Amino acid sequence: MRPIANTRSVSGVPTARLAVWWVIASEIVIFGGILMSYLMHRLAHGLWADYASHTTTWVGALNTFVLLTSSLSAVLAHKCAVNGDGPGAAKRLLITAAGGLIFVVVKSFEWTYEISHGYTITTNTFWSFYYTAAGLHALHVIAGVVIMLIVAAAAKKGRDLHRVEIIGIYWHFVDLVWIFLFPLLYIAK
Amino acid sequence: MSEHAHPNYWKVYWWLLLLLAISIAGPELGIQWVTLITAFGIAIVKAYMVARNFMHVSIEPRFVTYMLVTMLVFMLLFFMAVAPDVMKETGSNWVKPAWIQENLAYEAGEIGDGAGH
Repeated sequence: MRPIANTRSVSGVPTARLAVWWVIASEIVIFGGILMSYLMHRLAHGLWADYASHTTTWVGALNTFVLLTSSLSAVLAHKCAVNGDGPGAAKRLLITAAGGLIFVVVKSFEWTYEISHGYTITTNTFWSFYYTAAGLHALHVIAGVVIMLIVAAAAKKGRDLHRVEIIGIYWHFVDLVWIFLFPLLYIAK
Repeated sequence: MSEHAHPNYWKVYWWLLLLLAISIAGPELGIQWVTLITAFGIAIVKAYMVARNFMHVSIEPRFVTYMLVTMLVFMLLFFMAVAPDVMKETGSNWVKPAWIQENLAYEAGEIGDGAGH
């Protein structure tokens, strides 16, 4: 028996998918608030360009590449799910989850390097924003990976394939946030 | 699960990677307006491509788009409401002495490593 949340569609959108759109709407406000605050301070402080020059562009670019690639595998998993190919969807979700893990590992090495060079969350306001924004994003990546593994385990058995699309939408949003964090934190120097 | 015609996801992906390469290369020229366009302009284009082709926002009922756009408008409202206080050094009955000193020291080259000059 399927949960009623996945079978009702009063608004024209299945309720589970509608729920994830609401999650994303609230996430836009959360990340939007941080990004707008960062932008205000960045525009008003010329000194922040100097602080930003200590972030490593190629590391940010590598993580952008990883997230874009994981988004591709997430949407390919959705395509498999639409075609009823549960094992195929599971395989692609695992690739997406691996992308998430690579992202977190790269970020942990990057933070270790920065912290060891004296750039911590208390160094100044720029670094406070840097660690808060990137850290909150990384938590979303970790949450996405955990959910993705659960969905992949069910999809492999051909169960709850509609969830593949739901976690995919969430994952693309995580990718979207990074698309804006990357130029703000790594490129604008 | 939504049933719809799938775009060519690989083609979208290659475009996204090309745009990523441009957004990295553009700022290397050191020209401010080129940096703004290649970094932030391209970020908006990439975000649109992901939302349209990967998240399939365009095939959802229109109220979903309205819902998301409303949140983006809230972001702008937040910026407009708060920016005057955050971005100015002085106001009607307030002043930020530490900030003014920091900016003066930066302009004089006493702090910072010169990357922002």
